[in-house]
Amino acid sequence: MFIDTLLIGVSSGAIYSLMALALVLVWRSTRVVNFAQSGQAVFSTYIGYEITVRTHNYWISLPLAILFGAILGSAVDFFFLRFLASRAKIGPAAEIAPVIATLGLLGLLQSLLGLIWGNAFLQYASPLSAKGFTFGSHTIPFSPQNLFIVIAAAAVLLFFGIIFKYTGLGLALRAASFQPEIAQLAGVRVSRVRNIGWAFAGATGAVAGAVITPTSTLSPNSLDLLFVSGFIAAVIGGLDSLVGAVVGGLVLGVGFSFILQYIGNSVTFLVGFIILMFVLLVRPRGIFGRKLGRHA
Amino acid sequence: MSGVNSGLIVTNLSVNFGAVNAIHDLSFKIFPGELVALIGANGAGKSTLIRTLSGLVAASEGDAQWNGSSLLGHKPEELVRQGIVHISEGRSVIPELTVSENLALGGLWRRDKSDVAVALRETLEIFPALSSRLTQRADSLSGGERQMLAIGRALISRPQLLLLDEPSLGLAPLIIEEIFRVINQLRKQFGLTVLLVEQNARSALKIADRGLILNLGVLVGSGASAELVADPQLAATYLGF
Repeated sequence: MFIDTLLIGVSSGAIYSLMALALVLVWRSTRVVNFAQSGQAVFSTYIGYEITVRTHNYWISLPLAILFGAILGSAVDFFFLRFLASRAKIGPAAEIAPVIATLGLLGLLQSLLGLIWGNAFLQYASPLSAKGFTFGSHTIPFSPQNLFIVIAAAAVLLFFGIIFKYTGLGLALRAASFQPEIAQLAGVRVSRVRNIGWAFAGATGAVAGAVITPTSTLSPNSLDLLFVSGFIAAVIGGLDSLVGAVVGGLVLGVGFSFILQYIGNSVTFLVGFIILMFVLLVRPRGIFGRKLGRHA
Repeated sequence: MSGVNSGLIVTNLSVNFGAVNAIHDLSFKIFPGELVALIGANGAGKSTLIRTLSGLVAASEGDAQWNGSSLLGHKPEELVRQGIVHISEGRSVIPELTVSENLALGGLWRRDKSDVAVALRETLEIFPALSSRLTQRADSLSGGERQMLAIGRALISRPQLLLLDEPSLGLAPLIIEEIFRVINQLRKQFGLTVLLVEQNARSALKIADRGLILNLGVLVGSGASAELVADPQLAATYLGF
């Protein structure tokens, strides 16, 4: 029973980690909490769904959904936030405008999805079984699709680990997020690099949507709750830390799973918010967050 | 390089922040290979000038040209590609990155990777203290070492015009002397043109060919370093001797 609960927790935690990672990638590149993230992710998932309808092949739809997620993320930055930033430059509006704008964009994207595909619950089918693995007579509640979710999340993490640690692009991304002005003076094309951060975030959200949706149904709001969990995970991790996002996601996933198993469904989400409040009150920079006020 | 347009030519440059006139109708020229010190008190407009030249701040009027083409209206990252490198006030390094990553940033955009390697080797010869610290985070360095790292990173970009903003800020006198000695050595070794912004007038004028004195955004004096130091009125009013 314990192992079952743990496995389920890791699988949902992997999704929270991906959502948290998407938020952190945008936060690090632009200092904006992107509330449109779940809208972008679900849009990408609809694209994946539409491709399976036409090709009947999940494995073709998956990379195309991810590609679409990257393009959409890049476009949101380029056509929407950058335009906004050039308009709302000073005053209290400049601080708050991007956040409100991403909320507005979320509504816009979800309405658009409703207009195109309707609000019915659709099935985005994966060829992997949603039935749990069986060992002898015992069937565990961890299916091949759950396994694939964990593998996909691990692959995304490995990808970003290599990019950030070993490539020039990763160095430019880190420099631009830590000290944009000094990065610029060193020759980093900061706005271009930020846009790549948005594309990476969009692709990550698309992975989350496209691997989790086959376990339930697809509708314009179907990823909203995942986004909230991803947000809590990102805050636990410090919003600035990629490792923190992953750890935060796994902690939350495993925690929820055990609460669901041993206490009950009614309190799981409540516990999520209690953890969020607790972290914000006790350690506002998160477990992996950087100290604030280091620089003059 | 030796035409009438070569070097840095600033003409009637003004920079306004809203109603505040930070720099007013400034004109001067720096010849290729020259080291010119820009002296002035806090708030004289020194940093504003250097930030305008490197593309961080927009000019309101006038022009600034490097070897015949205008610097204005370009982003700092594009000017770096034209050999104009600004080392900003304080220690212009990224504290969260390692020493070697900070150095690598300077060559990230360059296509000639073999010359980046050569430049890195030269830089570590000039600043041997850095070579034993390559894997440490930059925030573990002392103030002087960070300034050396900032200059080292600039060198890897193979600059022609170096815009140095207060390299002596917050450093101990012995370290300041060392930094200034290195700046002087570098401009000879690499034929750099240097605009050195300093509050520390005495040290700056020791290595500079000429000095420009800025007060409240206006040029109030200029001349060979030796002349400026010898002018009792200037020295008393602006140089703090």
